[in-house]
Amino acid sequence: MKIHEYQGKQILKKFGVTVPRGIHCTSVEDAVKAAETLGGNVWVVKAQIHAGGRGKGGGVKVAKSLEQVREYASQILGMQLVTHQTGPEGQKVRNLLIEEGADIKHEYYVAALTDRATQSVAMMASYEGGMDIEEVAHKTPEKIIKVFINPLVGLTDEQALTLAKGMGMPEGSIAQCVDTLKKLYTCYMETDASLAEINPLIHEGDGTVKALDAKFNFDSNALYRQPEIVAMRDLDEEDADEIEASKFDLAYISLDGNIGCLVNGAGLAMATMDTIKLFGAEPANFLDVGGGATTEKVTEAFKIMLKNPKVKGILVNIFGGIMRCDTIATGVVAAAKETHLSVPLVVRMKGTNEDLGKQILKDSGLPIISADSMAEAATKIVAAVK
Amino acid sequence: MSILINKDTKIITQGITGKTGQFHTEKCIEYANGKNCFVAGVNPKKAGEKIFDVPIYASVKEAAAESGATVSVIYVPPAGAAAAIWEAVEADLDLAICITEGIPVRDMLMVRNKMKEKEAKGGKKTLLLGPNCPGLITPDEVKIGIMPGHIHKKGRIGVVSRSGTLTYEAVGQLTELGLGQSSAVGIGGDPINGLKHIDVMKMFNDDPDTDAVIMIGEIGGPDEAEAAQWCKANMKKPIVGFIAGVTAPAGKRMGHAGALISGGADTADAKLAIMEECGFTVTRNPSEMGKLLKSLL
Repeated sequence: MKIHEYQGKQILKKFGVTVPRGIHCTSVEDAVKAAETLGGNVWVVKAQIHAGGRGKGGGVKVAKSLEQVREYASQILGMQLVTHQTGPEGQKVRNLLIEEGADIKHEYYVAALTDRATQSVAMMASYEGGMDIEEVAHKTPEKIIKVFINPLVGLTDEQALTLAKGMGMPEGSIAQCVDTLKKLYTCYMETDASLAEINPLIHEGDGTVKALDAKFNFDSNALYRQPEIVAMRDLDEEDADEIEASKFDLAYISLDGNIGCLVNGAGLAMATMDTIKLFGAEPANFLDVGGGATTEKVTEAFKIMLKNPKVKGILVNIFGGIMRCDTIATGVVAAAKETHLSVPLVVRMKGTNEDLGKQILKDSGLPIISADSMAEAATKIVAAVK
Repeated sequence: MSILINKDTKIITQGITGKTGQFHTEKCIEYANGKNCFVAGVNPKKAGEKIFDVPIYASVKEAAAESGATVSVIYVPPAGAAAAIWEAVEADLDLAICITEGIPVRDMLMVRNKMKEKEAKGGKKTLLLGPNCPGLITPDEVKIGIMPGHIHKKGRIGVVSRSGTLTYEAVGQLTELGLGQSSAVGIGGDPINGLKHIDVMKMFNDDPDTDAVIMIGEIGGPDEAEAAQWCKANMKKPIVGFIAGVTAPAGKRMGHAGALISGGADTADAKLAIMEECGFTVTRNPSEMGKLLKSLL
């Protein structure tokens, strides 16, 4: 689960990390009032969307007067902000963060994430903050300092010092930087984050170390014990169909192709998508109905797939283990009838009660095309949509 | 022979009285030698009772001491699953198999590091399979987990995969071609887990009754590449490889928590290329895993 920058900064502040003073708002009037409340003569108007690269896309502006705050807030609020992470259609800006200006002397990069290879928490830091860190990692990996933290021990003083010195923090800011890194680690663990990134972390003219941005991802398996994080969820930022699917315990992701697929199991679902591509078409979605599919679940899955106007055909691929093929077949028939299915449907079923399932499909009187293997199913659906 | 488990393995079921635990324990007992293998269950509130004629104990330690079991299978719900794994480790079992899906990653980080710490201090090493996995089976001997027993056939091909249904797909193809399996192992789809592809490949390499292996991977993480490098230098048996997720976009989690492309090296194409370079016979068509393996024998 992702959250906005202003929420991320609230969390960092709670854990003792210094952040600029700022106010979240949703209207131009409130933005101007926020700037007045903050005082001073420089403000940053920041678009709040769940995607990076906002600055490059025109979603972050520095205002030198209240008039400019008004001007920039009007420009940004409601715009379709396009960044390298939003896709070409962009993301509508519904929230703003108005912040006091900062006396930036240098911008650094810091992040914590779970490292599967070492089964530890990796903390990374770099002198090359403020820019696209993936590019830094690609071109000059030696400029990124990494430490691996044993979660039974935590971030040690020595490791924190290695990072602070390695990222080039000036002598006068080292102590606060070490403290900031330790607080970031505590925050990462206690909130069940899967990514906590500060880009940039800065030091100011007086040596103060401050987080100018905050990007968090959280482990969805742990949300049940993080009510404060769950309360920060902004459904406007998420795909409506994916939210709808999750209500029925379906894992759904929309893609760009024209063949909808409904599969049990994440690995088999990906393999089915790959097979569709191999035989000359593109999948319209990833959809895993999971282990305990009911007629209701299958019907909802069909409805969600068919909402996508690009879908010209559907491939159902089920390997019945605990889930029986006859249960799925009954669900598929009911779903096809309820949705008045008008696009070609290919069903491939294997495993438990396979013959019974095939018979149910046959007896339904619906024009369902049957297939024995994934390859045959893909060939048939690709031919049917051409 | 086989890897990890056989008809003489004695097994404890943690979470035996829950809905999922009951359902699958019954199926496992019905399969092959299951009746003699599943010897104990654990539930502190129901100690002294029996379920499917299997005695229930208050703790894993007690269950192991009373029954002589060396393996446990865990169906405990996510919030308590990592603690259940640790209980199996503290009882010095040989192997714990965690079926549970949805365990918080932080809990797995903690328990995996506790396991490593115990080993570093000279304590007994307990292998962990999973979590979020279908379990493993040695056909016609014993099945531990949630896979459908009837699609398997006893034989000499090893199967290892992260995904459950994709494992069944490979097994189903082999069985249809008349090729039985020595053992089929599902290592699970979570980012922090126990046995990895490399560990299972080593076991198949050492198993005199395994002639060839199908290794199936997914996008995300370094595990398949690491296994491939090891196989290049050490594996004496032919391997068919498949990686799911050629069509998966970067930054989107494909169902499994671990199936998320994070860098350039963990895409399906990158993994397929490494596996091919390391001597695997790879395919981009998952319907041909079985056929391809047959052609190598």
